[in-house]
Amino acid sequence: MKLRDAQQGDRFTLPPVTVTRGMLALYAGASGDHHPIHIDLDAAKAAGFDDVFAHGMLSLAYVGRLLTDLAPQAHLRQLDARFMSITPIGAIVACTADVTEVEQQADGRHLTLALKAVDEATGDVRIAGTAKFIV
Amino acid sequence: MLDTSLRGKKLPPHTFEVEKGRLRFFAKATGQSDPIYIDEEAARQAGYPSLPVPPTFFFCMGMESPHFMDFHNTLQLNMQRILHGEQSFIYHRMAFAGDTLTFEPEIADVYDKRNGALEFAVKATRVTNALGEHVADLREVIVQPGKVRPAGAGEQA
Repeated sequence: MKLRDAQQGDRFTLPPVTVTRGMLALYAGASGDHHPIHIDLDAAKAAGFDDVFAHGMLSLAYVGRLLTDLAPQAHLRQLDARFMSITPIGAIVACTADVTEVEQQADGRHLTLALKAVDEATGDVRIAGTAKFIV
Repeated sequence: MLDTSLRGKKLPPHTFEVEKGRLRFFAKATGQSDPIYIDEEAARQAGYPSLPVPPTFFFCMGMESPHFMDFHNTLQLNMQRILHGEQSFIYHRMAFAGDTLTFEPEIADVYDKRNGALEFAVKATRVTNALGEHVADLREVIVQPGKVRPAGAGEQA
């Protein structure tokens, strides 16, 4: 378990993911979120956008993968996320988790991690958030 | 302006049967190759009864309600302009393929910022399993552009 001996200041990352049109289609199906803004170019244009864009929850799912890579999921107690900007087709989503707090309590080590999903194609932050584990 | 009298309004609950095939599809769609999320034998060896529900899939299951649009319709949200602003999960216990989960949503809050330029609606959902055990709490903030209040019409940071 990567978090077993993690200390404040430790950084964990997920290999970046390039968001393609095909991935939006698959995620729409698997997630059940069929909002046309993510899958229908005509609907996206009618709403004033140049193109369809990714579900914020797709990038958050990548963050979720990073978190379950760090410890068995039962140790994850909380996940909070703010969607800072829209993730466009072609975004290169790079997820990081930085340990900001470690506190020994009666029921285990409580860790707080600062989360980010940054679009390496533009430098924009797509998601900022926090995760809490008890290991 | 969104109707603040709707704060606290409970919305119709729904149940969702967690299926292995759907979880495998979600793993594929999110690039998850950890066998625990795909292969039932691997899940059992990890001590689980079946494939586990991954952290963000609770949001997806919350959308699978015949009453899903009640939140949007009750608040008269502008479907072409809404964005998902925030999402939170509190995890109490794991859920797995084979579970039947109950989702009980409510309109938790309604507010605006920048003198009405941005409107926010918060949906809070309590998730329990068939044994009545508390599984998770979900909180989503939906944001849309609003009408800026005329000068002198009131506060709001």
